[in-house]
Amino acid sequence: MTISEKILASHSGRKEVKAGEFIQAKVDLALANDITAPLAIKEFSQVRDGHLWRDEKKVFNPKRIVFVLDHFTPNKDVLSAENCKFIRQFAKEQGINLYNGGNCGIEHALLPEEGLISPGTLVIGADSHTCTYGALGAFASGVGSTDLAAVMLTGEIWLRVPETIKIVYFGKLRSWVSGKDLILYTIGQLGVEGANYCALEFSGEVISSLGQNERFTICNMAVEAGAKNGIIEPDEITFRYLKKKTKQSYQIYKSDSFSHYKRVIEIDCSKIEPQVAFPYSPANVRPLSQVGKIYLDQVVIGSCTNGWLEDLRIVAKIFQGKKVHPDLRVLIIPATPKIYLSALKEGLVEIFLNAGAVVGPPTCGPCLGGHLGVLAKGEKCLSTTNRNFRGRMGDPESEVYLVSPAVAAASAILGRIAHPEKVR
Amino acid sequence: MIIRGRVQKVGDDVNTDEIIPAKYLNILEGEELGKHCLEGLEPDFIKKISSGNILVAGKNFGCGSSREQAPRAIKAAGISLVIAQSFARIFFRNAINIGLPILELEKTKEIFAGDELEVDLAEGKVRNFTRNKEYKAKEFPLFILEIISAGGLLNYVQRKKKNVSCTG
Repeated sequence: MTISEKILASHSGRKEVKAGEFIQAKVDLALANDITAPLAIKEFSQVRDGHLWRDEKKVFNPKRIVFVLDHFTPNKDVLSAENCKFIRQFAKEQGINLYNGGNCGIEHALLPEEGLISPGTLVIGADSHTCTYGALGAFASGVGSTDLAAVMLTGEIWLRVPETIKIVYFGKLRSWVSGKDLILYTIGQLGVEGANYCALEFSGEVISSLGQNERFTICNMAVEAGAKNGIIEPDEITFRYLKKKTKQSYQIYKSDSFSHYKRVIEIDCSKIEPQVAFPYSPANVRPLSQVGKIYLDQVVIGSCTNGWLEDLRIVAKIFQGKKVHPDLRVLIIPATPKIYLSALKEGLVEIFLNAGAVVGPPTCGPCLGGHLGVLAKGEKCLSTTNRNFRGRMGDPESEVYLVSPAVAAASAILGRIAHPEKVR
Repeated sequence: MIIRGRVQKVGDDVNTDEIIPAKYLNILEGEELGKHCLEGLEPDFIKKISSGNILVAGKNFGCGSSREQAPRAIKAAGISLVIAQSFARIFFRNAINIGLPILELEKTKEIFAGDELEVDLAEGKVRNFTRNKEYKAKEFPLFILEIISAGGLLNYVQRKKKNVSCTG
């Protein structure tokens, strides 16, 4: 079996599962945010549980549920504020873990940081980028609000065991090529539907050499190829990361060498340049050398994809002693309060502010055109986020280009999409 | 169940941001969501829809975010059924869970806007009166059919829970 199959087998009380089978699996951790939780709570409340109605009804285990109010917060309008109030009240009644205000970060950076994600666990989140946690060897998948309501009620979820596509990365990475470039390149190869209903298993010598943050970035975007989950076998780098975060023991699963794969794709990384995903699809990628002159109105650095401390360090290194181009706005969003504080202590925030960037509070805000950095008609934005669909960040006629933090930083200085080597 | 209706057509890879832009995600009421159905794709798409219309799409319909507001907006806009060459997985789950009828059909390219269809959901048979053609949709796995016949996921879960407690 593959690592994904082993985790699903262990959570459905079976010795073995096969791709295509339907299973009922026990969920270790369920999460929702301020966009998906209200509908989930409403559905949960409407269901009759035996003779119990909402007031008496309890979730299966409040310690295994997390609400992170990160999307439209700090609240952008009255409706969002009402929704968050509704969630807070329910969380309090039920004793559910709640992150909001000062302890709130972007969910997929926050939960690993809080030590809530362990290898070998099954994590179900009402957010499509829940697949991020596969970087720690968990089976993590995104669902909608009603699925989450059922999990809150029963602690279980139905799943179809996915077939696995294995991606093997080999060769030596060129300078300025990061995990973000690898996943953009991979999505370009697979297409936005290339891994629909499948598990994406990322492996090979290049993955082993990547830090934990870049592994998160890679798994984060598995869903952009349609995947149910992205996953990386835990190794020494994973264990070192976890040691600082959690004292919980965990089960380590690895794929058998004779596992069945739907496809195995080998990628020679020595041939990969920094990548740019053009509007309006994350699969519409081009190597940076073939981009041409694209002038920018805004640069966004942050999100659950690339708001890690290591990302901010790269940006600071490029920004050091320089000013961002006068024709554009730069918005930098550390993904969590702890990352923000570290960036402050390390002097990164000072570099950002001196360069003329705006540093915002941890929020998903601009990534989905929610608030902070919404685009006007015809504006072009370069972003380290994960989606560039039409209208994603604002007006339907605005454009979003996806890149790594290094390319975003260099482009912010030069005013157009540019290679970091061009910054002097 | 037999559904009869006129076709509204969209293309490949229609994502959830196009189905319901994020600025409306703080709306919880179906009716209000329905007013903005497919607004990200075409600002006035809603004006084309009349109650009972069948939405026919290409591949990977509903890709992108997990927002259940997407199938809810489609349902509330009066769309009776979505037929696509394929669905993105979260949208597929969400549609089944909330009771929006969907079908996977290979030959959606042979169906055009304005065509009159009659669909037998249980049989997966699609008749195109306008072009005098008949197609067979992909069959749902038995497990999915159980959720559909229960009237959505929470009804299904409840029913199962009850059965378990009855049998001890």
